Amino acid sequence: MSVGGERVKIRLAGSGGQGIILASIVLAEASGIYDDRYVVQSQSYGPEARGGNCKAEVVVSNHPIDFPKAINLDILLALNQASLDQYYYDLKPDGVLIVNTDSCRQLPVSSAYQLPMATLAREKVGLIQTMNILSLGALAAITGIVSSKALREAVKTRAPKGTEEINMTAVDIGLREGKKAFEKMNRKRHEKISRLIQM
Amino acid sequence: MAKKTAGKTAKKKKKTRKKPESAIGPRVVSDEEEKAVVKLRKRAKNKRKESRPAVLLSGNEACVMGALAAGVGFFAGYPITPATEIAELLSQELPARGGTFIQMEDEISSMAAIIGASIAGIKAMTATSGPGFSLMQENLGFSIIAEIPCVVVNVMRGGPSTGTPTSPSQGDVMQARWGTHGEHSIIVLSPNSVEEAYTLTVKAFNLSEKYRTPVILLLDEVIAHMREKIHLPSEEDTPVFNRVKPTVPPEWYEPYEDTPSLVPPMAAFGDGYRYHITGLVHDTHGFPTNKQNEIKAHLLRLRSKIEKNRREIVMVESEMIDDARIAVFAYGSVSRAARRAIVLARSTGRKAGLVRPKTLWPFPEVAIEQLAAHVDVIIVPEMNLGQIVREVERKAAGKCRVVPLNRIDGKLISPEEILREILEV
Repeated sequence: MSVGGERVKIRLAGSGGQGIILASIVLAEASGIYDDRYVVQSQSYGPEARGGNCKAEVVVSNHPIDFPKAINLDILLALNQASLDQYYYDLKPDGVLIVNTDSCRQLPVSSAYQLPMATLAREKVGLIQTMNILSLGALAAITGIVSSKALREAVKTRAPKGTEEINMTAVDIGLREGKKAFEKMNRKRHEKISRLIQM
Repeated sequence: MAKKTAGKTAKKKKKTRKKPESAIGPRVVSDEEEKAVVKLRKRAKNKRKESRPAVLLSGNEACVMGALAAGVGFFAGYPITPATEIAELLSQELPARGGTFIQMEDEISSMAAIIGASIAGIKAMTATSGPGFSLMQENLGFSIIAEIPCVVVNVMRGGPSTGTPTSPSQGDVMQARWGTHGEHSIIVLSPNSVEEAYTLTVKAFNLSEKYRTPVILLLDEVIAHMREKIHLPSEEDTPVFNRVKPTVPPEWYEPYEDTPSLVPPMAAFGDGYRYHITGLVHDTHGFPTNKQNEIKAHLLRLRSKIEKNRREIVMVESEMIDDARIAVFAYGSVSRAARRAIVLARSTGRKAGLVRPKTLWPFPEVAIEQLAAHVDVIIVPEMNLGQIVREVERKAAGKCRVVPLNRIDGKLISPEEILREILEV
């Protein structure tokens, strides 16, 4: 009897218009299609998605996924303070928190991975709109939940036409900065994620 | 159809050729052999599955892909949350494949338009949500009595009226059954994954063509909008049924003839067969009748063609049920929460199992009768205040306890809620 195995639950959150939903689709495509895992992606749907807080969820597993929503989060990426405040309590005590320090000033824990996503997107990539993809790169490097190769492939296929190149730059910078942030914290990989990616 | 018959005759030929070999006595297939064959078949199927590319699709997108695979040629509808993506995608896909997409002024005309298209011989569908489904009820009845095949997708959202447009719900289960007036049977399917949104859409078209009846696909907002990786079945794994056409000369054609299959062949307007279609109860030629015997015969045939084919129409899936004392009976997205709850319950030693109807109507009565005889309790979680649970109670008939679990606040029932119920009962 299959019991479902490990499920890694990821939530991406920010304000409407930051590209949260596209980022979650890219993440699901990378993990599902290019890393060949089971994935379910869902998103906040409704009036709150415009302007207000926006969230999108991805559940990743090596086995078929039953419950499609993320409740006890393993990974939370927060691009603004409001979504950090709202969703931090859904994160497991040992979960991975990644924040955009350009708009998250008050952090609930010091163990959060902190990157100035907006500044990096504006100054290193040259286009603030690539912040969502850059953040995904950082998330991939910090958590290891998706391989950089798969992420690059997914960005190539899902990025809006004409923006593939700049988004590839954003992924690469995200991966590089994420790796730096991970090494700086000098911590081991999250145990559950390691188990999942080793299978 | 043609492929299927060809396969059958080929099989028959093989059998006859083999006969002399086993002339000494009947060939006995041992359990091991049978198991080996099953294993080989499974492996071949998996191999086929793996060789097909994986795609990331939402439930609504998969529904469109399924409709296209089944041969849809016409869509008429009025976009509505949370079913809009179906219309959106078909508005691109249908014209590109020589089909027709029309955005209508409302859902009354949408239903009328797909009936018209189907009479002209084209496979037709529409997609809507609660408010639009209400408007379709009148013409839905017309397609039942006039026996016009079509597929109606209803992505359920919270009601009544405009209700909660962006929230999931399972409030239209009874409306799908009894929304249109008068005594009738109906086929309603309920997928619980993106893959099933595809396969059950194909099935909906096939059943509708085979039994000349509208088929309703009840999706809910969760399944419609979530994305999953799926392997789209290949053409050979997607059998497509097309309606049977008359072979008799036009002057012999009786459009509502009582045939042994209970389903009369259907001529398309323009095929040269002239006949009358009406929403009034009609005789075998399609003309209104008031004769008692004809009224009764007509209405009973409409019912029997569905009820007598339950074996093909009713699909139920069960998991971890063999040794279960507690069963959870759940459909749509809720069944996904139920499965998680059952896995969690099993890890604490509770013997729980899942029974999941893919067909809501006709109601899987036999499955419930059997289930009630060997479990202590059936839990029925639903995103409404208790609709299918009454059917479960009716068929369980006191043989086991039936416990409803309801939620109507616009959120999907969580595994924890179901787990709590499993641990308490």
